[in-house]
Amino acid sequence: MSWYDWLLGIDRRWIFLTIAIAVVIPFFAPLGLPVVVTPPVQNLYDAVEALEPDGKPLLLSIDYTPATSPELEPMSSGVLRHAFRKDIPVIVMTLHPAGYGMAESAILAAAEEFGKEYGEDYVFLGFQPGTSAVILGLGVNIRTVFPEDAYGTPLSELPVMEGIRNYDDVSLLITFAGWSAAEAWIYYAHQPSGQIVGAGVTAVMATDYYPYLDAGQLVGLLGGMRGAAEYERLIDRPDAGARGMDSQSVIHLIIILLIVLGNAAYFASRRARRLAQARGEI
Amino acid sequence: MGHDRGRLRGARFVTGFVAGTLAAAALVVCAATLSAQEPIEPAVPESLAAPELLAVPTGVQVEDTPNDRGASVNVTWELSADDESLRFEGYRVYRSAHPETGFVFAGRAGRGATTYRDSEAPNNEPVYYRVAVGDAEGGEAFSATSDAVTASPQWFNDDRVNVLIAVFIFVVAIVYFVNAARGGKELFIRRLAGLDEVDNAVGRATEMGKPILYISGLSTISDVATIAAINILGEVAKRTAEYNTRLIVPCADPIVMAVEQEVVKEAYAKVGRPDSYNEDDVFYLTRSQFAYVAGVNGIMVRQRPATILYMGMFFAESLVLAETGASVGAIQIAGTDAVTQLPFFITSCDYTLIGEELYAASAYLSREPVLLGGLKGQDTLKFIIGVLIVITVIVATLAATGAISNDFMTPLFITH
Amino acid sequence: MRRQLPLALCFIFGVFTAIQYYVPHFRVQWFQERLLQWLMTLLAFAFLLGTVSLIKVHYHKLRDRAPDRGFSLVVFAGLFTMIGLGFIHPDHHAPGSPFNQMFLNVQVPIEATMFSLLAFYVASAAFRAFRARTLEATLLLIAAAIVMLGRVPIGDLISPKIPEATRWILEVPNLTAKRGVMIGVGLGMMATALKIMLGIERAWMGGSD
Repeated sequence: MSWYDWLLGIDRRWIFLTIAIAVVIPFFAPLGLPVVVTPPVQNLYDAVEALEPDGKPLLLSIDYTPATSPELEPMSSGVLRHAFRKDIPVIVMTLHPAGYGMAESAILAAAEEFGKEYGEDYVFLGFQPGTSAVILGLGVNIRTVFPEDAYGTPLSELPVMEGIRNYDDVSLLITFAGWSAAEAWIYYAHQPSGQIVGAGVTAVMATDYYPYLDAGQLVGLLGGMRGAAEYERLIDRPDAGARGMDSQSVIHLIIILLIVLGNAAYFASRRARRLAQARGEI
Repeated sequence: MGHDRGRLRGARFVTGFVAGTLAAAALVVCAATLSAQEPIEPAVPESLAAPELLAVPTGVQVEDTPNDRGASVNVTWELSADDESLRFEGYRVYRSAHPETGFVFAGRAGRGATTYRDSEAPNNEPVYYRVAVGDAEGGEAFSATSDAVTASPQWFNDDRVNVLIAVFIFVVAIVYFVNAARGGKELFIRRLAGLDEVDNAVGRATEMGKPILYISGLSTISDVATIAAINILGEVAKRTAEYNTRLIVPCADPIVMAVEQEVVKEAYAKVGRPDSYNEDDVFYLTRSQFAYVAGVNGIMVRQRPATILYMGMFFAESLVLAETGASVGAIQIAGTDAVTQLPFFITSCDYTLIGEELYAASAYLSREPVLLGGLKGQDTLKFIIGVLIVITVIVATLAATGAISNDFMTPLFITH
Repeated sequence: MRRQLPLALCFIFGVFTAIQYYVPHFRVQWFQERLLQWLMTLLAFAFLLGTVSLIKVHYHKLRDRAPDRGFSLVVFAGLFTMIGLGFIHPDHHAPGSPFNQMFLNVQVPIEATMFSLLAFYVASAAFRAFRARTLEATLLLIAAAIVMLGRVPIGDLISPKIPEATRWILEVPNLTAKRGVMIGVGLGMMATALKIMLGIERAWMGGSD
């Protein structure tokens, strides 16, 4: 059997194994590759940086599910840390039922790290079904959508919610989602109410959001683990995002190598077939 | 009983009398205190003139918020000279129905802010505003009173006239072509290979005695892609009913499931096989993205469907689904408007409908003239948008060279 | 009547929602608020609908002794364990509660693993299907390689031109193509919505007659 036939017929499980090894090794032997910050991430950072300490709150919608949490959790942690470090009040909510646990664990970890007090510095509103209805409802009155927080406390009893009625009283909104939640926030919060929206999405979705970025409908964008790593660099606190960059670098190189190998084998086999045809063997 | 009532009345009289007296007394005390303190300036603290207070904001302007639901006033001011001071604690906005007295707290704004939107102003009553600066010691210095402003609700948002005009043209185009189609006008629709293949795919499943798996995406009913997927499901179900082939529809949203059960049931009834419909074949799995993938992949591996259709909105799960489908040897037809997922479907599926082809599918499969008319209307507006893009590109290019101004284009394209 | 009523409701609520976009007056917005509240309430009941369907389908599989009924047992075990854990702890979402532990230590890793399959499938699909057969496919292949390198730190190390080229690809050709598709999709969405409101498209309620 020729090398190209062998390569073209290779069991895909060998490829899976190569990928698995390539992902794992950099975790034990970090390469420490430097991360360069790109404009969409810088813009989101600048938007948070420009917020007033103890001023209008930042609304974070942690809309990701357990599946996409490895990619999106480093982003939400980065933004939460940035906000808490700057003493910006934070309101957290979710549009996905499975986002409840994700949002809660992210905010509890960040609040503990910065010694933030529940109700005074941040609040967790929980989940409400009906994505577009929820977003539109928040534009009219937060209290009709979330009469109480996730733990049953009426919003009127929470100091951080004092004077917060709708998007007019929220400085910036950032959504983290592995589904179309970010689009919904653009359509139903930015468009009718002019709310400034930023987003963190999975790498595979990131290219979808460039038109919104270009049109100014998104103030900034974090795309995939790379986006998280860049944000971590901006707040000078490398974590899961930065750790993942080494693995991702190696994987991307391997995939390019696989494409090259696949093409080399394909062209070699095509050439051999043509030669055989010319010789009249086929 | 009567006695009790009498006693109750007596008790009421006593309490009423006491309360009334106390209230009257309070009034007298209040009036006395107030008259002793004239002139009345309750909201402006005595320390207004004290030298240690921060500089007050100037130029306080007010306007009724345009195009709003009412009860809203925009207050703007120029920054206090002490905005950067360490003692500066923010701006506080006060409202009153009287230019001199009775100012109540309306809201606050942080350092560097020059605007505040008061959303609790009374409708159709003139009010006045003052903006105060607060300092770290609890002192407050007030600006001069603004002019009077009256908040009022609007019945029409004139910022959205451009959208209204565009929608009007669109509706007219759709209605015109639908009527033309009803009138028997022949409308051309180009070939969509993926949809032509649906019949063959159903036939293949029948020959092989294997089921057809229909995945209508992971979005909810509010997504038009899901509605398009449901429309296509109706047509597919008619064919599976005719051929008596099993159709499995696992759903990721309960409302979508309820609608799809109805659609499939109707389709079976329409071709005269209501008994072949099995409600358990259109079922809910989970809303959780990858748990759904696990469930569907399990069905693929166990049931080995001959044909798999992916129609609707998909996210990162598309490739995992389509690769598993390919590995069980199914014919796969996909259709989605999720642009980022298209490369995955094109790689792993036999046929892929791109973007709006998904919306055209229902009209294409059913060949109903009115639905085809809708497509024609869509094309008309797309042509108008194409022309507009060309014109605006030319204008913007000329504007960049300084030959003309493009300011006139802004209201055409910006909405609020 | 069975058809007229849903069509009438669809028309009324569709037209109202379209009109309220142009009418900011609080009297109209009051109705819109109520409508959104109804919608949220309705959607909350949908979860119940889903759970009932799930239980019914798997109960039927067990009752009919379907060949793969073992999986149905797993479904019931998972469903009732989580519901049970939610009830036994007064604050089921508190950190450290059994419900929360199960969510963070069972559901999260399982789902994340499922998502990570994507990396393996992408690699295998790229190897099998990404061929420079034609000029377009070759251009696509080169663009993909540049973007893949430009999105990871190693690209910066190889040459600062790679991230620049990546940005250009994302912000110029990608953006242009995406806008083209988005305009088409947007119009398609509007047309579908309009056809449903006017009752021209009735497949969603089972057919056209």
